[in-house]
Amino acid sequence: MADQLTIGLVLPDVLGTYGDDGNALVLRQRARMRGFEAEILPIKLGDAVPEDLDVYCLGGGEDTAQILAAEHLIADGGLTRAAWAGRPILGVCAGLQVLGESFRAGGRVIDGLGLIDATTVSLQTRAIGEITSTPTRAGLTADLTEPLTGFENHLGATLLGPGAEPLGRVTRGIGNCDVAASADVSDGTRQRFAEGAVQGSVIATYMHGPVLARNPQLADLLLARAMGVALGELEPLEIAVVDKLRLERLK
Amino acid sequence: MVVGGGLGDRPRRCPGAGGDAGALDGCGLVADDEGLEGDPAVAAGRIYIRTERHLYSIAGNRPVARRATPRTDLPHDFNELAALYKARIGTGRGAGGMIGGLVANAIDPTIMDRLGRGRPAVLVTGTNGKSTTTRMLAAALRARHTVATNDGGDNMDAGIISALLAGKDASHIVLEVDELHVPAVADRLSPKALVLLNLTRDQLDRVGEINKIERALRGAVMAHPDMLVIANCDDVLMTSVAYDAPNVVWVAAGAGWTGDSVSCPRTGGHIVREGDDWWAMKKLPDGREFRRPSPTWTVTDDGLTSPDGGHTLSLQLPGRANRGNATQAIAAAVEAFDVPLDAAVEAAEGVDNVAGRYSTVRYGDRDVHLLLAKNPAGWQEALSMVDRSADGLVIAVNGQVADGEDLSWLWDVRFEDFDDLSVKAAGERGTDLAVRLVYADIDHEHIPDPVKAIEACPPGRIEVLANYTAFRDLKKDLQKALNKEAENRG
Repeated sequence: MADQLTIGLVLPDVLGTYGDDGNALVLRQRARMRGFEAEILPIKLGDAVPEDLDVYCLGGGEDTAQILAAEHLIADGGLTRAAWAGRPILGVCAGLQVLGESFRAGGRVIDGLGLIDATTVSLQTRAIGEITSTPTRAGLTADLTEPLTGFENHLGATLLGPGAEPLGRVTRGIGNCDVAASADVSDGTRQRFAEGAVQGSVIATYMHGPVLARNPQLADLLLARAMGVALGELEPLEIAVVDKLRLERLK
Repeated sequence: MVVGGGLGDRPRRCPGAGGDAGALDGCGLVADDEGLEGDPAVAAGRIYIRTERHLYSIAGNRPVARRATPRTDLPHDFNELAALYKARIGTGRGAGGMIGGLVANAIDPTIMDRLGRGRPAVLVTGTNGKSTTTRMLAAALRARHTVATNDGGDNMDAGIISALLAGKDASHIVLEVDELHVPAVADRLSPKALVLLNLTRDQLDRVGEINKIERALRGAVMAHPDMLVIANCDDVLMTSVAYDAPNVVWVAAGAGWTGDSVSCPRTGGHIVREGDDWWAMKKLPDGREFRRPSPTWTVTDDGLTSPDGGHTLSLQLPGRANRGNATQAIAAAVEAFDVPLDAAVEAAEGVDNVAGRYSTVRYGDRDVHLLLAKNPAGWQEALSMVDRSADGLVIAVNGQVADGEDLSWLWDVRFEDFDDLSVKAAGERGTDLAVRLVYADIDHEHIPDPVKAIEACPPGRIEVLANYTAFRDLKKDLQKALNKEAENRG
């Protein structure tokens, strides 16, 4: 187990406008509450992404910002090498889209990093609102048992290829795509209720909130992976107000 | 869509005005017995305006005729209309005034042009600081002129029309205008000057609109080349709005929040910052560089510098953002209206309470100091104004539609240590706030009811920070509690 955990906050200057920087804060604090040393390393546009950090977080952002992020991360290559090395990566909203094969922004189709087998086109209308899902427990997320909650706000319709599995099955809200986007694909039903993606060491979602503030089990899953231990080996944390927040948001 | 703005932005309910016959029958809430169930735009609970033959419902800021076309036999002379509103609805100002403006506009769509004709006007717009800056600018112009202004915060068509009606004898017009209403209002009033403060996203679930607003404002600037633009060069988006204006005064009014302008709104290129300076990595399509222009007015630590030298500034309103607002108001008064600098500064210094947003309420043995914050930029600024030597701090957060239902923005605000201040997390979404504070490692107590949270603080001075509906409801509840107290005593 690493003595000190370093959390990479990837491009907070361009992918940091939806409160998703909070995911890194949650990871750091949950590590510290258990007595581990943990630090956040913000990696800004133009900086090289170190490939040896313990865990990486990418957040949401707007069209133009998202294009800047994708261009930089592809040119730099550090995040891709981290994924190949099995280091856990959390991508939220624009972060999800950037990690996929391609997405649309500014009226163009933009290449993503290709760490997730997913392409993003457009929804008919913007999805805005509370969203909940049941974990699929695919791959890396096999140990997730608690329902997931977040707030979605996106115009992207993400279709998953065979290489990626959804993170959750939507029980409320829109999720990855709407009926129109999933109508003429062979596995339309799977796509229609899909939320997020899991592939290798990458977990991606449309959930803001931030997602790790609302879903402590998912936070701990990433922490455990970062530390190279099983989820069950982490000392449980009892934070009453977090449970209360989950009750309020999941009701 | 409602963008930014103060307490007065949204249509408000006004009391029913009785059922007597007359051209205007009154306004109030649509009742269940109106026989209009099933009509989605006139749902029960909505505001309506009834004329003799027709019922208008107000959806958003626009009256929608629901029964037939608007009647044409009402007086067209605005003096007569004004008298009519006054008699039937109220004074033409404040809450009732906005309804009056709605009616006027529905009946006579050219009324704004006619009310404004021939009077020099200045418009103030931006996400934060509109009401404050408008008050200061109006005060400065009053040094020399008479002024019609919407300082109650009603900053869309209806509020503007009622301000013009109420001040129809004034020589000058000073208006705060909702960002997206600026193009239409500018076309109607041909203003002498436009003050551009800042553009930042409002509630998170309305994000994506900032670039649209920037383009709309830029269009308004280009459509009025004679207009003097007073623009904040520390704000990337407002700089883009004014960059091509033939007549522009640049003011370094400060940028409290840079998270929304990491890219150039015109090219998408990255914005690099170094000290006060900033520039875009990509050149504009016409080959020019997009870079912070040199200001002729600048906010300093203890005042401002102008083209004619420095001046101290001791405002009654707290915070650095208000010094920026004052500097832009003073620059506009001096540069566009030839108000002497001393007089403009003195006028800005005289402004205190803006639409109740900094009010202090005596509640039992506590002085409750209320601060309204509407968006992440406003919250960061408001937090910096919190008096660390106070006896308690209550932070109240709601997540209604008017506030934005996504509370993720709480994580964009840097909550720092409040020293020994007793902190209470309150409001309908107080749990979200409490979780935020837990992870920021800030000691606090979670008490959902803001009045109870205030009561749980030690006696003395209590700072209260709240977002839109939390602020509105708390003011109401405090008043109720005070009334009850008075009754019990009486």
